[in-house]
This record gives sequence, structure tokens and C-alpha cells, in this order.
Amino acid sequence: METLESILAEHSFLKGLEHRYLKLLTQCASLVNFSPGQVIFTEGEKARQFFLVRHGKVALEIHRARRGPITIKTIGKGDVLGWTWLVQPHHWHVDARAVELSRAVSLDVPCVLHLCETDHDFGYEIMKRFSHALVQKLKSLNLQLVDFYDD
Amino acid sequence: MTDAVLLVGDRVVIEAGHLQNLLQALINTGFQLVGPIIRNGDLVYGELKTAADLPVGWTDDQESGTFRLKPRGDEAFFGFGVGQHSWRQYLLPSRCRLWHARRDGNSFVITSNRQEAFRYAFIGVHACDLQAIAIQDRIFLKGKYIEPSYREQRETLFIVAVNCTQAGGTCFCTSMGTGPKAVSGFDLALTEILTTAKHCFLVEVGSGRGAGVLRHVPHTSATAEVQEQAERLLQKTAAQMGRQMDTVEIRELLYRNYENPRWEEVGGRCLSCGNCTMVCPTCFCQAIEDITDLTGQEAERWQRWDVCYTLDHSYIHGGSIRSSAMARYRQWLTHKLATWIDQFGCSGCVGCGRCITWCPAAIDITEEINAIRKSDSA
Amino acid sequence: MMTDLKVQFNQSTSLSDPMLSYPYQIQRVRRESRDTFTLTLQPASGPNRFIFLPGQFNMLYLFGVGEVPISISGNPADTQNVVHTVRAVGAVTKAIQKLKKGDVLGLRGPFGSAWPVAECRGNDMVIVVGGLGLAPIRPAICDILAHRPEYGNFELIYGARSAKDLLYKKELEQWRSRFDFHVNVTVDSAEPDWQGDVGLVTAIIPRACFDLFHTVAFVCGPGVMIRFVVMELLQRGLKMENIFVSLERNMKCGIGLCGHCQFGPFFICKDGPVFSFDRIQKWFNLREI
Repeated sequence: METLESILAEHSFLKGLEHRYLKLLTQCASLVNFSPGQVIFTEGEKARQFFLVRHGKVALEIHRARRGPITIKTIGKGDVLGWTWLVQPHHWHVDARAVELSRAVSLDVPCVLHLCETDHDFGYEIMKRFSHALVQKLKSLNLQLVDFYDD
Repeated sequence: MTDAVLLVGDRVVIEAGHLQNLLQALINTGFQLVGPIIRNGDLVYGELKTAADLPVGWTDDQESGTFRLKPRGDEAFFGFGVGQHSWRQYLLPSRCRLWHARRDGNSFVITSNRQEAFRYAFIGVHACDLQAIAIQDRIFLKGKYIEPSYREQRETLFIVAVNCTQAGGTCFCTSMGTGPKAVSGFDLALTEILTTAKHCFLVEVGSGRGAGVLRHVPHTSATAEVQEQAERLLQKTAAQMGRQMDTVEIRELLYRNYENPRWEEVGGRCLSCGNCTMVCPTCFCQAIEDITDLTGQEAERWQRWDVCYTLDHSYIHGGSIRSSAMARYRQWLTHKLATWIDQFGCSGCVGCGRCITWCPAAIDITEEINAIRKSDSA
Repeated sequence: MMTDLKVQFNQSTSLSDPMLSYPYQIQRVRRESRDTFTLTLQPASGPNRFIFLPGQFNMLYLFGVGEVPISISGNPADTQNVVHTVRAVGAVTKAIQKLKKGDVLGLRGPFGSAWPVAECRGNDMVIVVGGLGLAPIRPAICDILAHRPEYGNFELIYGARSAKDLLYKKELEQWRSRFDFHVNVTVDSAEPDWQGDVGLVTAIIPRACFDLFHTVAFVCGPGVMIRFVVMELLQRGLKMENIFVSLERNMKCGIGLCGHCQFGPFFICKDGPVFSFDRIQKWFNLREI
């Protein structure tokens, strides 16, 4: 039987996370679905949850007057949706919109932050995974600046 | 005819048959009369030469997206509401040349600027439209910059107001505090009294000029009975309004409901046709156009009425700020009822109902405001 | 019936009809980058004296083509020359780009609100600009430098896409060589000969040097840049009433009578283009306003 714990364990972001930490994390977790076009969060809002995407595609957008929403990244299965919740002021920096039907595990931000504070070993495991993922993102963003496809 | 000097605030009675004398007296003083007429089966404003040019014996049926003229069955001169025209087409015409210039070597020289004004007398201005003129006075005459064409046109204007003795299907002047009684801003105000026994006008003097013109018109002093009759007619009109709008703290209501889902809903119905702006008596957006002839030697700058529903209206290089129909409808309504108050110290809406009558999608601003109040997040 | 009158250059006439354009002759054209150029103008005839406040704009008219609002970029102390930096993006500005010394443009103005340079004396000044945003700010920089002792720290953070897009390169070097003016120039990506920073202006704000309790910030650039820069400044602890921004909307008359430049209750041409951020904060966060 699929439990919330087994669903968490499946997600590549939490790969290798010990069983007892997965169990802790289930306190903060719930399953969510997004319909195509659904707005998940908007820039400036307080970040109350972040998401582990299990299925589908979500667009990260920055809205510009006259040009409308500009998609700066799309993410899908195995990705994490939402990073700026990690640091002060815990607000979203971009808009997120489901491009197609998507499914995710929703993780409550105050809950996760509290777990990190009270169990530093757990906190370290989470931060290790975030650091790794952020480094990958930065490497990719760096390349987005050098006219990668142009001679 | 009494020879007593008339003062502002005085009331007299003139017989219906002598309305023509009033119009003639104005013509003799050099005024060009404009007022309601029927043209091609429609109620519009146009040139008046005699009292018979008025829509005598006509009335109107108005509802959302509906306007019908029908015979009254009596000979009332002013037995109707407002049509699609408003008076602003005379005060700042829909096309107005600002200046003409021609090339002069490397440079250019301006050879002529604005047109001379007409001496208009408006006949039959309803209280709502009187307030609309007062609002436009604030916009064009009381700001940091003055609109020269409007000022010139406004200076000579003579206004014969008419108190409504019936309310229209889309009227809500009582909600906006603009009617049905004309209170100020007119030279003369008429209330038409038509019974089986009599047909006359109670005339209130609003200015020295009005008093002056009235001296050439046979009149008698107004009895208490006639004044009471007029008062009762106005009360009846006030009770008959086809619409109402709760304006309590409406600015604050709209300021906190910019993201109310109702905008998306009405945006889906709005055609962005701009009819509402064109019939609205207070709308004032202008487009400035610089044109040239084929030789490129002569150039002109023109001003013409513009409409905030076009993509062009909010366009800066790159695109339009208000690209969705929803945003453009929201702009019009929040400007009219909320931001206008911050800009000019009064509402932009006079409750004339024209936008409700002339919207082809039958969008009703009183209904929209009610819906926003109901779903107000506060 | 038209009255035939030949309009002479006369400041007082402009007060009675603010829609009249007056001929100004181009004294000098300087190319700043591929699509941006700076014009120096003087009246084609009549007295030569143009007074403006930093942040104001003129309506520039090309005979028979059209009129555009352009910020004044000159030194306010120079009352003889009117300087405009123009980017060629539309029909009118592309046509103006073709003009040479001696050609004539129509001008009316100045219009709009100003950077509060005089009121800010006694404060540290932080100016954050991006792209063409340096052009409307330059008069404020000139004015602050002209009264330099009356201010505390003075810092400029200027970002552009690449070194090729930088405006006023010579002047930037002069400013950088001063000891009392800290000039940061940063680009998004660069060739090896670039000596300055690479990165967004937002990345420089955390290390900018100013006294939190005695600082005023001026921000000018595209709307998205203003949005994220103000966010960083607020994060540093600056108050909204001490942050000034310059906004842009479609302007046609320039005098608050045509309705086009509305931004919420404000007319950008008349209540702006310079605003304190606290005044417009509510509207700035709404979309399609």
C-alpha cells in the first residue's frame, strides 16, 4: 500500500533520507493536485508551503508590465517547487502556475523549519539536499547568461 | 408681464405658448440654441430654431441595452430623459484642431491655433447633466493647466435647465446626489407642469443673465399652488428612479477590491466597444494627433475624444499595460467611481444611466457595484 | 473662423496654451550606443533660457511625425542648453534618430514632478538605475555634485545589459575618479577587458554604504527593475517614504488633461513621474493598473 512515507521516499529530492526522518517529514506533508492553468503561488505572497512535484509541469514566471508573465523556468517530476521560503523574509520571489495537470507533495514551511531547528541532524540532511539542488540551479543559470546557443 | 426687476432665486410662471418667446429672446441676444431633437428616429442634441423643434409629445423607454422612443399622448415639450448625446460635445468637440503649422526652412512656424468659440444656449439640461458640466469645469478649468478651448466655449454658455418630471428606467441621480432638481449652475431652470387644466413652466432665475432674458418673455408671478405642484412632481420623480447605487465609502470599497474575481467575470462580458465612454457626460480622455499633408510642408495638431477601452490607450513601447479586457473595464469603472474622487474631489458619475442603456452587452454599473459589495473581502 | 497669428517664442504664451510646441534647434548629436543618442538643443529664435528641475520631461515634436515625452538629461545649472537622451524604439524616436545638427524639433515643457534633491540635503544618497534609467537621473546627480558638501555618502549603482549599452561613458569615468562619489557600474555579461562588476544591481545593494537613518534612495529604470531593487532596499531597512522612483505611462498631452497616463489615481505627467514609494506602493503591486 502506498503511504505518504513511501511517496516521499520515491521523490528524487529525498533520495537516501533515513526512514526516521521520512517519518518526521510526514507530519508536514499532504498530497495536492493542480489543474491546468491553476495559479499555485504569486510573487510577494508569504510562502506557507513548498512542493515536491510528482507529476506534470509547473512554470515559474515573473510578471512584467506590457510583456505579461515571462516564464523563466519550468519544472516537473522529481523537482522541488519553491526555494525562497528557506530564507527571510519567506516570501515568494516569482509566480508559479501549473502548465498541465500536476501532482505534488505539499510540505508546510513553518512545520519543516521547526523540525530543522529542533533536530539539527534532520536539518542538516535537508540543507545538504537543498544546497546540492541550488548549486545545480546556479550552474544552469550561469550558462543562461552567456548566449549559450549563439555563436 | 410684470416690470419688476427679477433676482436670482425668484420664481415666475410662463405659459407653454410663451416658451417660444424665451427661445426667440435668446436668439435675439445672439445665442445659437442647441437642445434635444428627434433625428432619424433617435433622441439627440442638435440645433434648435423654434420650440416646435423640441421632441414635443415624445418620451423614452430605457433599460439595460435598450432605448425606445414612443409617443406620450400629450404635448409635453420635455417629457423624456437623456439620450445618447451629452452636452460635452459642444464644450469640447469630438474633433478639435489645436494648431496649424508650416515649414519655414529648417524650422517651422505656427500659423493659427484654436477655433473661436460659439455662443451656445443649451436648452433642456437635466440636473444630472448640469452636474456633469460642473465636473468637467473642475477638470478643465480648476487644475494646474487650463483647457483653452473648453474655457472659451464655457465662458459664453447660457444654460436653460429642465427639472425632470419623470425618471428614466436606468436613472439613479438620487443615489449620486445630482438630481432630480437642478440646484445651481444654470441661468434659468424650468419645471414643466402639464395637466388637463393648464400647461405652463415654473421658471427659477439662476443668474443675472437669466433674469435679463426673462424680461422679454411674458410671465406671471409663481403662486404657492404652482410651486407645490412642481415640488410634488419632483418628489414623484425622485421616488421613481429605475436604479440605485449605494455610494457609502465606495472609493474605499473599490480600492480594496482590485483583485475581486467579479472583474474577471464582467471582463468576460465586456466587448471593449467603448460605448459607455462615448455616452458618458463626464468622460474626458483625449487623443492627440499630429498629422501632415502629402507634401510634408503643412502640419496640424488635433485633439479628439479617446476611449480607455482600446489597447492603444495604455500602450508604451513594448506593449499595453492594460492588455486584458478585464483590466480595461476595471480601469473605467474604478476611475469613474473611485480614483476620480482623489483626482477631482467628487464622483465622476452623475447617475444619468446612459452607460447602462447604451451598453450592447447590457452591463449595468449599479449591478456591478452591488456584486462587488456582496463579495467584498472586508 | 481662424485667427491668423504667428506664434513667437514666448514663455508666457505657453502658459495660455500648453499644447503649443516651440522650435528648438539641434546644436549637437552624440551617439551613446547602437540605439541611443543624446541631443543638445537651443531655441531656434528668441531668448535662450530654459529652467527645469531634475526628473522633469519635455514633449518633443518632430514636424508632421509626432510627439513623444522625453526626460531632460542635462545639468539644471546650464540654462542655455536643453539636453535629451533618446532611445529609438518607435516611429517618432526612430525618425528623430536621423536628425543632424541644425535640424529643428518642436518642444514644450518642462512638465512633471522632480527628484527632491534640495529637500534631501543632509542625507546619504543612494541612486540605483538600470538601462536608460540613468538619463532622467543625470540632472539629479549633477545637482547633488554641485552641492556635494551638503550631503553625506553618495553612491551610484548603475546596471546595463552589456558594456556597449552604457550611457555617458566619459562622464562615468569622471564621476568614478572623484573621491566623494562611489560609482558602481555593473553589466549582465562582459568581455575580458571589462574592469567593472558583472551581475545585477540588486546584488550590489546589500554591500552599498549608507546610514540607514539618514538615507534617501532614487531608483530609475524598467518597472521590473524598480520592483526588485525597492525590495532589496526595504530588506536593507530603508523606509518607503525615503525611496523615490520614476514611473512611465503612455503620455499624450503632458498636462494631466487627456487621461492616458493614469496610474491608479495619479497622472504620471502631473503627479509624477517622480513619486515617493510609500505614496504609490498600493498601486505598484497591482497588475495591469
